[in-house]
Amino acid sequence: MSKHILAVDDSRSILQMVSFTLKGAGYQVTEAADGQAAFELAGSGNFNLIITDLNMPRMDGITLTQKLRAHPKYKFTPILMLTTEAGEAFKTKGKAAGATGWLVKPFDPQKLIGVVKKVLP
Amino acid sequence: MRERPNDAFREEAYELLAELETSLLELEDNPRDKDVIGRVFRAMHTIKGSGAMFGFDEISAFTHEIETVFDLVRNDEILVTKEMVDLCLLARDQIKAMLDAAGGHLEVDRSRTAHLVGAFRAFLPQAAPAEASPAAIPAPAAAEGAATRTWRIRFRPAHDIFANGTNPLALLRELCELGEARVVAQTDLIPPIDDLHPEVCYLYWDVILTTTADANAIRDVFIFVEDDCEMTLASIDDGGCLDDGDSRKLLGEILVERGDLSAADLERVLTERKRLGEVLVEDGLVKPGQVAAALAEQQALEKQRQNRPAADAASSLRVPAERLDKLVDLVGELVTVQSRLSQTAAGREDAVLTAVAEEVERLVEELRDLTLNIRMLPIGTTFSKFKRLVRDLSRELGKDIELETAGAETELDKTVIERLNDPLVHIIRNSIDHGIEMPEVRQVAGKPRQGTIHLSAIHSGDSVVIEIRDDGKGLDRDAIRRKAIEKGLLGEQDEPSDHDLFLLIFAAGFSTAQTVTSVSGRGVGMDVVRRAIDALRGTIDIHSEKGRGTTIRVRIPLTLAIIESLLVAIGKDRFVLPLSLVEECIELTEGDVAAAHGRNLVRVRDQLVPYLPLRRWFAMEGARPPIEQVVITSLGGQRVGFVVDHVIGEHQTVIKSLGRMYRDVQGISGATILGDGSVALILDVPQLLQGAEAEEKVATHG
Repeated sequence: MSKHILAVDDSRSILQMVSFTLKGAGYQVTEAADGQAAFELAGSGNFNLIITDLNMPRMDGITLTQKLRAHPKYKFTPILMLTTEAGEAFKTKGKAAGATGWLVKPFDPQKLIGVVKKVLP
Repeated sequence: MRERPNDAFREEAYELLAELETSLLELEDNPRDKDVIGRVFRAMHTIKGSGAMFGFDEISAFTHEIETVFDLVRNDEILVTKEMVDLCLLARDQIKAMLDAAGGHLEVDRSRTAHLVGAFRAFLPQAAPAEASPAAIPAPAAAEGAATRTWRIRFRPAHDIFANGTNPLALLRELCELGEARVVAQTDLIPPIDDLHPEVCYLYWDVILTTTADANAIRDVFIFVEDDCEMTLASIDDGGCLDDGDSRKLLGEILVERGDLSAADLERVLTERKRLGEVLVEDGLVKPGQVAAALAEQQALEKQRQNRPAADAASSLRVPAERLDKLVDLVGELVTVQSRLSQTAAGREDAVLTAVAEEVERLVEELRDLTLNIRMLPIGTTFSKFKRLVRDLSRELGKDIELETAGAETELDKTVIERLNDPLVHIIRNSIDHGIEMPEVRQVAGKPRQGTIHLSAIHSGDSVVIEIRDDGKGLDRDAIRRKAIEKGLLGEQDEPSDHDLFLLIFAAGFSTAQTVTSVSGRGVGMDVVRRAIDALRGTIDIHSEKGRGTTIRVRIPLTLAIIESLLVAIGKDRFVLPLSLVEECIELTEGDVAAAHGRNLVRVRDQLVPYLPLRRWFAMEGARPPIEQVVITSLGGQRVGFVVDHVIGEHQTVIKSLGRMYRDVQGISGATILGDGSVALILDVPQLLQGAEAEEKVATHG
C-alpha cells in the first residue's frame, strides 16, 4: 500500500533527513548514495518516486534522470531534484532531462512532504 | 535509536573538510584539473546545503561565498591561483572552527570570518551577478483572513506532459483541495483513434474555483509545469459586496467575457429563441465543453452569492482549537468555584446568598453545556479516512471489501474523535485481515464475493455507540480458547461463555493469526484498542457468530472534560466515580461480611456481586466504620461493587489529568478539585474491575 520512494544523495545527512521525514509520513524509502547506485536499484526495484540530488560522484542527478526516462519502467515516474541552484538555467536543464519538479535546499520536512504529495497523489 | 540528524551532519562535515583539504592540496599542484575543481565545488556545495538545512546558518552563509567563487572557476570564468588555494585552506579551517563551536567548544573568531568573506568576494569580477542565494519555492500564501473569491482557471498542459512524470490529474486534485471547484474537461482536441498517441495528453481543463487562497497559491499548484503549460487565471467574483442588479450572469455574457464567443455572434444568435447553449453548439460557434464550463461557472457564482447573505445572517466563525480548549479549562475552573460557592452558601443559612448561589449554579450549568457543545464535531470526518484505508488494504490483500457507514453526522468531543481514530483503525484492520475471507472462499460459503464492513455511530444517552460489523468468518471459538489457555489467561477446565471468551482477544499479546501479515496479527492491535478505549472511559463489547461475522461495539462518553460523578469518602480522603457507571448503593454490615465466609461477595436482590474493598486495595490506614457502603457499578454487562466509608453525593467533576509521575498508578485515572479546594481522585473503574476479578478468581481457586 505505502508508496516506495528512492532517495538519492551523496550527503549522508541529507539522505538521512529525507529518509527519516518520508518514513515518518508513511512512505517506504530506499536510500542510494549516488546516481550509479540509484540506477542499479531502480532497475531491480519498483519505485513510485525518485528524489535525487544534483551533484554527486559517479553519476549526477541529470544523467540519472535521463537514464531513468529512457528505462521503460520509469518513463512516467515522477522524479524530483534536490538542489541549491535555483537558477533558471538549472530548471531548464532538469526539465529537459525529464525531471518532474525540484526542491530547493535548504528545505524543512514539511515542505519536502508537501512537494512529494504534489507529485505522488 | 538513530543518531540525530544534527550529529550526522557534523560528522559528515568533518569528513568533507578532510577530503576538501586533500583536494585543495592537489589543486595547488594541478590548478587546471577539472576533476579536482569539481570535487572542491561539490564539497562546498554539500556543506552549504546541508548546513542550512540543519540550522548551521553561519557555516552555510560563509561556505556560500567560497562556492560562488568555485562556481566561476568551474565555468572557466576565473582561474585558480595560489592565493585562492591558500584562502580556501584558511576558509576550511574556519569552517572547522565553526563546527567545533557548534559542538560546544571555543568561540569562533567572527572578524576572521568577515575578513575571509571579503577576500573571496575580491575574486569575483566586477559585474558579478547579484548573489544567487538559494531561493525557496514560495510558500503558499497564508489563507488566513483572505476573502473568498471565485477564479476561472484554464489549464492546458503541454502534449508531452506525461514524459516528465507529471500527472495532470494530481494537479487538478491539488487545485480542488484549495476550495470548492468545478472542473470541466475539454475533449475537443482528442484526435480520431488512428491518430491517437497514447502517451500524449490531449485534454485541457476549465476550472471554476471558489477559494480563500490567493492567486499565488493557485499558481503554485502549477509551479513545476508553468513553463510548459498554458495556464490562465482570472478572478470572476471578488467576494466583496453583492452588486444587486447584476447578481446572475447570463451564459452568453460569460462566454463573451471568456473570449470564447464574440459579442456580435451572441447578439445574432440571441434573436433566435432556442436554448442558448444548444444553439451555439449547433452553429459551431462554441464547443459543447466550452458551454459546460461556462455553465459550471454560472452555477459556482450563483451558489457563492446565495451563500453570502445566508452566511451573513447566521454567520459561523472559525476559532483556533486552542482557544476552545482554554475556554473549556476556564469553564472547568468556574464549575469548581461554583461548587465552592454552593457549599459555602449551604453552610451559612443566608437566604440571599443561597438564592445567588442557585442562580450562579444554573448559569454555570448552562454555560458548561454550551461550551462542551462547541467542541462537538461530527464523527464523519474520520469515517471518510477509513474508506481509503479499507480500499487500500483490501486491494493489498486481494480481497473485495466495501465499507458502509451510517451516522456520520453523530457529534462527539473533538479530542475524543481524535483519540478514537487509532483504535478504530485497528478494529477495521482486524476485520479486513482476519474477518473477511478471500472472495473465492466467500463464494464457496455461499456468501457474496464482496465482503461488507458496516461502521455506524449513534447517540445513546450521554454516550456514543460506535459499531463495527463485518460479514466475515467470525471468531474461531476453539482457537481463541486454545490460545487463552496457552497464554495462561484461562484455566484448562474453564468454560467461559462465548462473550467472555471473545473479550479475551483484547488481552495483551493475544493473537490467533496463523501468519503475521503486514496488516495485523502481531497481537498488539487489539490490546492497544482496549487501552485506548479505557483511556477514553469507554467500554468494548464483542459478538461473533461463526461463519456469519463479528460485531464490535464501542461505547464512548460524549466528553472528556467534565463529567457527572458520585463523590465518596474513605477516611478523610475523597474519591469520585463516573456516575454513568453507577447502578446503586447498598449498605455492607459486619454481619454481611461474616456471612460471606471471607469471600468478597455481596447479595444484591438475589444476585451475588463481587466487591472490592477500596480501603484495603489502596492500603489506607484507619478503622472501617461498622456500616460501610458498596457502590455497585456496571461495566459491559458486568457488575462489581466498590466498598467505601460514605457516599457523599453527586458531583460535577472537572477532570484534571495526573502528572507524569502518577500516570501509571493503578486504579486512578485522574483528579478533580472539590468545592472546599481539596483534591479528590477519580477512580479508574475498568482497571479496578479487572483487579476485583483477579482477586475473586484467586479466592475461588485458592
